[in-house]
Amino acid sequence: MNATALIAEDEPLLAANLKAELQSAWPGLQVVASATHGEAAVQQALTLRPQVLFLDIRMPGLTGLEAAQAIVEEWPDDGSPLPVVVFVTAYDEYALQAFDHAAIDYVLKPVQPARLAQTCERVQAALGQRTPANGDAAIDSALSQLRQLLGSGVSAAPAAPQLTVIQAAVGPAIHMVPVAEVLYFEAADKYVRVVTAQREYLVRISLRELLPQLDMQRFWQIHRGTVVRSDAIATALRDEAGKITLTLRGHADKLGVSRLYAHIFKPM
Amino acid sequence: MPTPIDDNNAIRPLDFLRHGLIVAGFNTFIGIVLALNRPGPWHVQMVYAQAIGLSIWTLMDFSRLVVRINPETGWPEGWRRWALQGGAIFFGYLLGNTLGDLAYDRPLLDMWRSSPRSMLSYLLMCIAVSAGISFFFYARGKDQMRLRQLAAAQRDSAENQLKLLESQLEPHMLFNTLANLRVLIGLDPPRAQLMLDQLIAFLRATLSASRATLHPLSAEFARVRDYLELMKIRMGERLQPEFDLPAELAERPVPPLLLQPLVENAIKHGLEPHVQGGRLRVSARREGDQLVLRVRDTGAGLSDCAADDTPDGTHFGLSQVQRRLATLYGDTAAFHLGAAPDGEGGTLATVRLPWSPNA
Repeated sequence: MNATALIAEDEPLLAANLKAELQSAWPGLQVVASATHGEAAVQQALTLRPQVLFLDIRMPGLTGLEAAQAIVEEWPDDGSPLPVVVFVTAYDEYALQAFDHAAIDYVLKPVQPARLAQTCERVQAALGQRTPANGDAAIDSALSQLRQLLGSGVSAAPAAPQLTVIQAAVGPAIHMVPVAEVLYFEAADKYVRVVTAQREYLVRISLRELLPQLDMQRFWQIHRGTVVRSDAIATALRDEAGKITLTLRGHADKLGVSRLYAHIFKPM
Repeated sequence: MPTPIDDNNAIRPLDFLRHGLIVAGFNTFIGIVLALNRPGPWHVQMVYAQAIGLSIWTLMDFSRLVVRINPETGWPEGWRRWALQGGAIFFGYLLGNTLGDLAYDRPLLDMWRSSPRSMLSYLLMCIAVSAGISFFFYARGKDQMRLRQLAAAQRDSAENQLKLLESQLEPHMLFNTLANLRVLIGLDPPRAQLMLDQLIAFLRATLSASRATLHPLSAEFARVRDYLELMKIRMGERLQPEFDLPAELAERPVPPLLLQPLVENAIKHGLEPHVQGGRLRVSARREGDQLVLRVRDTGAGLSDCAADDTPDGTHFGLSQVQRRLATLYGDTAAFHLGAAPDGEGGTLATVRLPWSPNA
């Protein structure tokens, strides 16, 4: 079976080795790109659209999990199937449990040829099931797997004390913004935009660090870069392509929901 | 600082019972001695001895529940201790006598009126015996306290050594290194051998670090170099290590692998997540009467979120550095982790040791 693949691994020796091992385990697999960090993996995956992704979990920039999330969210809506994701890790026992649970495949470093051959068989089986007829089902199962993985706390820090106010610097002053008044948070590079009905602030913290300090019952993640207060949402509108857009109470901004989180919005 | 022990207020119900029984035993002995020396029915002396002895004990043990005591000795500090003991003996004696008088239907404080002299001699005897019993309990309590502290200290140190080992032999680092080694064996055997030698040196240093309390600064730098060489094979050009050890500082004694958690931290949180990587500089300087060790990276830098307790071993690694410094040097050593002050970004970790630790 012929297929295309992308390898994302920051250590050059290990990337070269994985490529060599893959060539002997699956001669029909063509490695079309090797990325050395998370952002490059996302960019190349979206440009080249390989069928299989081998993502190292600990990478500079984005982690493998974050890269997978970004790729799935940005994957174009033109009917081309989502790639099959295989994670590569040296050691991370509690992530591995989550992978077993989410039925997403993983490879342990150092790569053992027998284990890699098994993985290749499974990936081939998964690709073989993807006929145009059941494309939607395949996407749904890929999404639910990734959702489980992201929701299982693999990337989340342990429960941190919950924030009640955001301390935002505005010139020389520090504004105390009650979290209850925040409409939504949006990631902006190394900052987070904090938007309230009256105005918005920039805080120097990453969304990744902020998330564990929010009450996830009240604040819903709707995109890898957006977290919205649930009772600030007025409507969720689904367009012809299936994309969901939120309107807010007391604010004109519209927020896009990524396909990974679209399942949150359904009538009771 | 000894670790807090769960039963800080070293008196527990079972202790009370045991104390009471021991006191009753002493009382019985005194009662028998008195009964043999005095005329009259033997049980009178016994009842008085028990009444007085148990009264004193009750006052002494229960008042220790109310006042603040030193957990190491089980007694209050300074004059309070003498006031407590003196008061307990005096009032316990009066109370015991009164109880005895009530038991035999005598007019209260009968003896005080009939024979102040023998009353006084009983009181003195009481003081002597109580002091003896108190000392007995005091010594015993102190012994038990020592044993408990010793056990807790042993438990702590075993746990710490295990955690130190885990944090140094970080599995992720170990397996990634082995993965590289596995590839190199086929690709470049001489380089594989070199890498294996470095891994061996690193493992040996890690495993024996807990044994030596101090080693020369040059040895410390050599261990850090082994580790960084291993990381260099993995990270390639993204890691540029620099060492700055002035020759006159090479022999200064330092705790082994003190810098290791700082270097690991710089890689894990500074350079590894940073796409371009960067420099990692380990330096030593004498500044006045201090030996100053610095680990600085030009990586991702600290985030504003200072309360960020990472779930992995990093936090432990850094607190370990602080704890080791406090144990070895007390207030004369300092550790600081902060953003590097120059314009190049990244993080700077600074360790200040006293130049002559014994001064």
